[in-house]
Amino acid sequence: MDVKEIRIHGRGGQGSVTAAELLAVAAFEDGKYSQAFPAFGVERRGAPVQAFTRISDSPIRLRSQIYEPDYVIVQDPTLLEVVEVASGTKDDGIILINSEFPPDKFELDTKANIMTVDATKIALDIIGRPIVNTVLLGAFAGTTGEINPESIKDAVKERFPGKVGEKNAVAIQKAYDIITGAKA
Amino acid sequence: MTAQEVDKKKMVVVEGSYAVAHSVKICKPNVISAYPITPQTHIVENLSQFIADGEMPDCEYHNVESEFSALSALVGASAVGARTYSATTSQGLELMHEVLFNVSGMRLPIVMTIINRAVSAPINIWNDHQDSISQRDTGWIQLYAEDTQEAADMTAQAHKIAEDKDVLLPVMICMDGYILSHVYEPVVLLEQDLVDEYLPGYAPVFVLDPKNPMTFGAFAAPSTYTEFRYLQEQAMGVALKKIEDAANKFNEIFGRYYGGLIDEYETEDAEIIIMAMGSIIGTIKDVIDARRSKGEKIGLLKVRSFRPFPVEATRKALKNAKVIVTLDKNISIGLNEGALCTETKACLHNTNIDAPVIGYTVGLGGRDIPIHTIENIIDQAKEVMSSGITVESQFTDLREDLI
Repeated sequence: MDVKEIRIHGRGGQGSVTAAELLAVAAFEDGKYSQAFPAFGVERRGAPVQAFTRISDSPIRLRSQIYEPDYVIVQDPTLLEVVEVASGTKDDGIILINSEFPPDKFELDTKANIMTVDATKIALDIIGRPIVNTVLLGAFAGTTGEINPESIKDAVKERFPGKVGEKNAVAIQKAYDIITGAKA
Repeated sequence: MTAQEVDKKKMVVVEGSYAVAHSVKICKPNVISAYPITPQTHIVENLSQFIADGEMPDCEYHNVESEFSALSALVGASAVGARTYSATTSQGLELMHEVLFNVSGMRLPIVMTIINRAVSAPINIWNDHQDSISQRDTGWIQLYAEDTQEAADMTAQAHKIAEDKDVLLPVMICMDGYILSHVYEPVVLLEQDLVDEYLPGYAPVFVLDPKNPMTFGAFAAPSTYTEFRYLQEQAMGVALKKIEDAANKFNEIFGRYYGGLIDEYETEDAEIIIMAMGSIIGTIKDVIDARRSKGEKIGLLKVRSFRPFPVEATRKALKNAKVIVTLDKNISIGLNEGALCTETKACLHNTNIDAPVIGYTVGLGGRDIPIHTIENIIDQAKEVMSSGITVESQFTDLREDLI
């Protein structure tokens, strides 16, 4: 069974759980089965949080947390000092970090491919607020090819109707364009 | 097209709590009374929203000051013939303890979702089954769901079972906190026309009515009390069949089935049979598939109905097993085993089945149950199969560094 496992690291208030859910909605729209769930701590703003998404061609029965992710998304680079974001990553996996710096700035104990995107800048430029969760999903779509960026935009616009959703969709496309350009 | 493919076209990705709240709405209760408590809150928030939006015109939502009052309000509502619903968890359920007996003793068919959570102290908001298992003897039917679809579908089944005139017992639908209540996954939201066909309006047999005065929960002297209790037990016996009937009828109309009292997975030739309840079932199935591909004869017995306990079905399913493993997300402190372990051993006694039963206490207070935990348990069961039982029941994945 071909299952892709994604772990999202963020801080309370950054929308990690929402990002995991939107990813599940988008993957299902792409025709896959999906599952998203939080690893709730004692939720408070600023505390490190994790959320998980599984994407598969068949129905998903496994309910454990994700220990060996194919993909990791890091919303806040300051988390690298407090959380082992590379824990359990697969050698051919990808760690996508929100950062203005190039990937070689990050020394992580992993053979996974490190990618960066300045999601904060994109979010500030387009959305006007440093909310990066949806922007990172655009970059995720571009860098992994696991998901159609249009499906992510649809999911975001459905969750956040009106202007907010529209702006997020533009930001998602921007991140997608930047990271696919960077990859080429 | 398979039933699964048909369902996929109808599925939406929503939170488990939303799927359940939607089912509650579609079952058309007349009175809901609940007190918010984590991680049950999303269900009652959604229900409040439906009512505020005018989507449940024939339903009253009672705001109360505690769980004790929430269930007490439903006692009155149910006695006058309303279809009633509540939801709670953990300390909220424990606070209802006294009223739980009143509900079952008055034979009121109240349906309540329990979002399973650990109990205090120490305070812990995460999942295990101690809250509902601790209400085992309150006379409520207890059903445990494996995924959000089952929990959503079970809501309609629960009303049907509870309101059956030969049953008239309250039902708890138990679903794992966070793991199921907060998961987003594809689910078919119950359709109104199909539910209307499956679940007719509640037609109470006995109603509190000033025009025809009647007493509910009256005084019973030693000369009659025993018979009230006996009749409750008889009703639980009837429920054994009605739970199966409700699952089969649901399958007929909706095309989905999760077992009746139990469900069996690869048990036919299984030497080791794992027994469990709730959301851990899916993980176990994945491990069994992997072990089966290596030729290991492992099976799963999902216990869907914990009360009434499916004694005959369990005996039948286990009759050829060489080792029986029980997984419990609860512990009877002082016996060092969980309830499923105890019940299973009890129901095998006085039979010809002589397989060892080994119990594992797992997933307390939200501790994750990864694949390797199930793998280790299976490996230990294989050792028991070859060299005999040494430990009857034990805690799993203990952190020795903390002890």
